Amino acid sequence: MKLLRVDRVSKFFSTPGVRDDYCVFRDVSLSVEEKEFVAVLGHSGCGKSTLLNIVAGIDSADDGYVYLDGKEISGAGLDRMVVFQNFALMPWLTVSGNIRIAVKAAYSGWDRHRINDRVRRYVEMVGLSGAESKRPAELSGGMKQRVGLARAFCVEPRILLLDEPFAQIDALTRGVIQEELVRMWLETGITIFMVTHDVDEAILLSDRIMLMSPGPDAKIMEEIKVNIPRPRERATIIEHPGYYAIRNRIIRFLSNKDEYDQPKRVNLVA
Amino acid sequence: MKKGNGKGWLILCFMFLVLFLGAWQLYTATFRNLPGPMAVAETAWEFLSNPFYDKGPNDKGIGTLALYSLGRLSLGFVSGSLVAITLGVILGLNQMLFKALNPYIQVLRAISPIAWMPLLLYSVQDSNWTALLVVFMASVWPTLANTAFGVSTIKKDYISVSNILQMNPVAKVFKVILPGAGPTIVAGLRISMGSAWVAIVPAEALLGSLGLGYFVWNEWNNLSLTSVIFAILIIGVVGVCIDILFNQLARRLAYVD
Repeated sequence: MKLLRVDRVSKFFSTPGVRDDYCVFRDVSLSVEEKEFVAVLGHSGCGKSTLLNIVAGIDSADDGYVYLDGKEISGAGLDRMVVFQNFALMPWLTVSGNIRIAVKAAYSGWDRHRINDRVRRYVEMVGLSGAESKRPAELSGGMKQRVGLARAFCVEPRILLLDEPFAQIDALTRGVIQEELVRMWLETGITIFMVTHDVDEAILLSDRIMLMSPGPDAKIMEEIKVNIPRPRERATIIEHPGYYAIRNRIIRFLSNKDEYDQPKRVNLVA
Repeated sequence: MKKGNGKGWLILCFMFLVLFLGAWQLYTATFRNLPGPMAVAETAWEFLSNPFYDKGPNDKGIGTLALYSLGRLSLGFVSGSLVAITLGVILGLNQMLFKALNPYIQVLRAISPIAWMPLLLYSVQDSNWTALLVVFMASVWPTLANTAFGVSTIKKDYISVSNILQMNPVAKVFKVILPGAGPTIVAGLRISMGSAWVAIVPAEALLGSLGLGYFVWNEWNNLSLTSVIFAILIIGVVGVCIDILFNQLARRLAYVD
């Protein structure tokens, strides 16, 4: 069952004084299966974040459709929680306050006990017990994004949308959080759609990687299945025989934009 | 700053006070047409030792008069602020409306609330109401301008989060927009409060509504300059106390992004 289906979505920006609209991407189609982890990988500025925002419903497509569970989406919703690159935490709320605001919004009928239980569970899940009453300004980037993850997970949405979630986190912390994300993904059985420009991150985390060409007129050019068995670990994944085949494929794609005229479907088997 | 002179400013502050009082004393000793610090201190002691006396409708203790002014200030300020914040949120969320109304707000803001007084007095035909409306007028504009600005410059991410969480408009305003714009709004409230406190003195003086402004003018008519100076000091001190309260509020609402 396809949980998410993006059907020939296009996005244009119009600039005052310029006759032709700037096409960010055109006819982008993709789908995500239930419990799958899919990444869209592309250069900065190729419009992948815009694509994610369209799926989230906080931006709108100029053409095409997005379906969730077979129903066309209109606007944002609690069934699609976003984890933002810059965390987007409310700085005036504490760690648990930031998570509570989401639980409260999603389960307005719940009493205080139930809300607190849910908040506590997800604070624990992201390993922030003890830091509940801290404000975002007192947290490191890694801890901030843990709050972002907890806020997204605690609502128990149908799909999680990650917008370069670890780009602003230092490399050492990034690896730890990536592994924790995978653990939470497996534990909760949630579906994840991520956009990133980090090649190693995409390989480490995803089941499938969609390669997006640079804009304007960006397209999804290639789909790579990451056939590396889980659990994957940062330290050992590079020793897998399939790893460099995938990595080289992606690097070649990213460094040579003229190579592709037609979208391709490649299935690299390890 | 160098370490070890944490208390230095206090000593300096005290020295300025001594310097000021000395200059004052010297001035009055030379020209003799102004009451000196001792005379004012004597009057102050007299007034402050019995702050709430009541000898008829026009002769009340300084504490009572201060409470009259503060009551008028609170009522006018709270109602003015509620209007200003409500309007400000609406304008902050509607860029077109904000742009269209901003020139008028700027003009209105530039008008001294005292200038409205004749018009207000003519309209409501009551001096107490007029004094209240002057305070109201003084309270509205800075808060309105600041609220609209604060709301319109709130980070788009916070709004996105509230959209994703499907918050209803009321929750959005109270849980995201107001706390997000909180520090800017309080900065506006502080300016409003300052201008309201400045406006209340001439309003009371001119309208004869009981209060500190009335007291200043009344004592001038009695040619009691010691009392006038004492009243000036009280007005300053009360103003500072109010500002300290707002400083506390600002600190509570401040956040580091």
